[in-house]
Amino acid sequence: MSAALLASLLRAPQGAGRLGARDWNAVMAAARAERLLATLAFRLEGVALPDPVRAVLDDARFDAEREKRQALWEADRAAAALAPLGIPVVLLKGAAYAAAGLKAGEGRMIGDLDILVPRDRLEQAERALLAAGWEWVKPDPYDDAYYRQWMHELPPLIHRERDRMIDVHHTILPLTARPVPDAGAMIADRVDLGGGLSILSEEDRVCHAVAHLLADGDMAGGLRNLWDIRCLLSDIEDISRLEQRAALHGLAQPVARARRLCEHLFGRGSLDLGMVDQMFVARLLSADGWGRNGRRLLGQGFYVRSHLLRMPPLMLARHLWTKWRKGHRPA
Amino acid sequence: MRHHLLLAIGPARFRIGSAWRGPIDALRRLYAAYPQSSQDDAVADFTVRLEPAGIGRRWWRPSVRIAGDHHLPDAVPMALRHGLLAAEMGMNLQMALGWRRHLLIHASSVEKDGKVLVMAGESGSGKSTLAALLGERGWRLMGDEFALLDFATGAIHPFPRLVSLKNQAIDVMRREVDDAARFGPLMAATPKGDIAHLIPAAEAVSRMSEAAPPALLLFPRYGHAPDIRAVGEGEAFMHLTQASTNYVACGEAAFTALHRFVTTVPSIALDFSSGDEADRMIGRLWREYAG
Amino acid sequence: MTQAERLYYRDDPDEMLLRPLDGLTLIYHRPSGITHIVDSPVPEILAALSHEPLPARLLLESLSADYDLEGEGEALDNLAAHLEELCALGLARAR
Repeated sequence: MSAALLASLLRAPQGAGRLGARDWNAVMAAARAERLLATLAFRLEGVALPDPVRAVLDDARFDAEREKRQALWEADRAAAALAPLGIPVVLLKGAAYAAAGLKAGEGRMIGDLDILVPRDRLEQAERALLAAGWEWVKPDPYDDAYYRQWMHELPPLIHRERDRMIDVHHTILPLTARPVPDAGAMIADRVDLGGGLSILSEEDRVCHAVAHLLADGDMAGGLRNLWDIRCLLSDIEDISRLEQRAALHGLAQPVARARRLCEHLFGRGSLDLGMVDQMFVARLLSADGWGRNGRRLLGQGFYVRSHLLRMPPLMLARHLWTKWRKGHRPA
Repeated sequence: MRHHLLLAIGPARFRIGSAWRGPIDALRRLYAAYPQSSQDDAVADFTVRLEPAGIGRRWWRPSVRIAGDHHLPDAVPMALRHGLLAAEMGMNLQMALGWRRHLLIHASSVEKDGKVLVMAGESGSGKSTLAALLGERGWRLMGDEFALLDFATGAIHPFPRLVSLKNQAIDVMRREVDDAARFGPLMAATPKGDIAHLIPAAEAVSRMSEAAPPALLLFPRYGHAPDIRAVGEGEAFMHLTQASTNYVACGEAAFTALHRFVTTVPSIALDFSSGDEADRMIGRLWREYAG
Repeated sequence: MTQAERLYYRDDPDEMLLRPLDGLTLIYHRPSGITHIVDSPVPEILAALSHEPLPARLLLESLSADYDLEGEGEALDNLAAHLEELCALGLARAR
């Protein structure tokens, strides 16, 4: 699997010297599919590369730089819109890494802007953003009610002139999910960056990224999320504080698993992993040399699993039924 | 993937993989004069995949999904008999969404006397057919779909892919080109109508890495009484930002290059009702502006 | 806070690249990557803004020293409206 080669290059960039054209074609397609091409470009800085490889990697870095600039601008605009309310605006994920200049931000593609605001200020935040030019993406009453009742964020908003999305979260996992991270504690312990913006503490950044990789998503793009975690872990000074914090958020097991997976794929090397961990590794390394996710069936298994984690079974059935009636299927 | 090919067009190299042999064989034949190699020997800028649109769709009513480094999530799959078109669309999509080394303008371009005529316009404006026609009448065809503007020098680089002829343009070019071997198969009733590809003249391919400075920008419009009108710099700038798929992605370099382009190259809107008429009008304009 | 009390300023002037075009002005705004096409008096207003936060009234004084502006009261309202638009676009800032 080409994703395995990608992971090994991220871990040990010097290995790039041994690759031939076929390897490069494969590893760059896999990296693109995993949204890790610009990250790979950063890792391969200073390594001698064939010119055509360098050209593709330079383009990827250029794109990542632009995304970073745009994400910071969107954060600036959101801060300007919310400033009069005096609400703390906590940046999450890519924009947070970019704003704080973290290693996890190097070459990271950043899509939507994700921010966390206190739950009791959500309505005010919504009104302020609507007044500043954001609007609802899809006014579908079912989806809207679903988001508001069960999810951890407002339905996505898009800015009518800049065409960029913002996701406003009030907690970091759906309200229906089994682990219930303490969003209030996360906001209380935020780190101020100035300009009306802040980010989560070192430990909470790891907890949040882990929650998304192992307790929330369907693991699509999981290798990139795991790379984020690997970089965020390298910022942790006191591992026991991370463990305490993970326990507070009900994420002790996922955090421990993420650390094992990081060590196995990006660290000193192959651990003797258990069955479940091995399944995660197989899913994380499923991109092939043409950029396809080879193990589609495995992927679907993870989709159902992620729904089970997020919603109690009856609610899941009701949700899927409503979706299917409207012609949606889990893909 | 089972069948694959690595192909260079202008400055870009494509790795095209397919679940079926047909589209790859067609590409090999029609792009015979272009540099071809294998994924074992050369590194591609882009990967394009032609894959079955669903389980079993490789054999049963085969249906092609166009995928690759860059793809549109809601693109409708195409019938396998239109596989060549799917490959072309896949390559265009990579350029449109992924190319960063030049400003990409949705325009055709031809060169004469070391200077380039750029023709921009919506599809149906006749820019593609005009470029194909001029390419048989003493001009060097540089591209019928994308003109690549150099950020540093302001020159236009060729991207001479196969010319994509639609509907009536197929007959126009069959009358112009007396060589059946230069035409690809007629693909009837595609989502874009009837399509046939034309292999560009030998010089267009052999000189596909030679750039040249632009001397005139035309906005042609087919189906109107002959007329010409000067286009202001501001209007040209607006049109070209709309006609560029990577203007925003390329940032400041694109801004600077496009500003230089519209302030140094004259722009003319040209209405015409037939290819011969446009040829004569362009001849006169060319003497005036590039002579 | 009323508009009259708002103080206007702009970040580093290097944030913008200005180019004349056909009597209009093109602006490339680096932090957002957005291209704006603007007409007079926007470039003049941007030129009058600096790091130092100033009320619209003082900005109007420095503008009228260089340009011929009509009707004091109306000019101030117009300028304030332009400044608010520029703030909404992120080309100017207010506090």
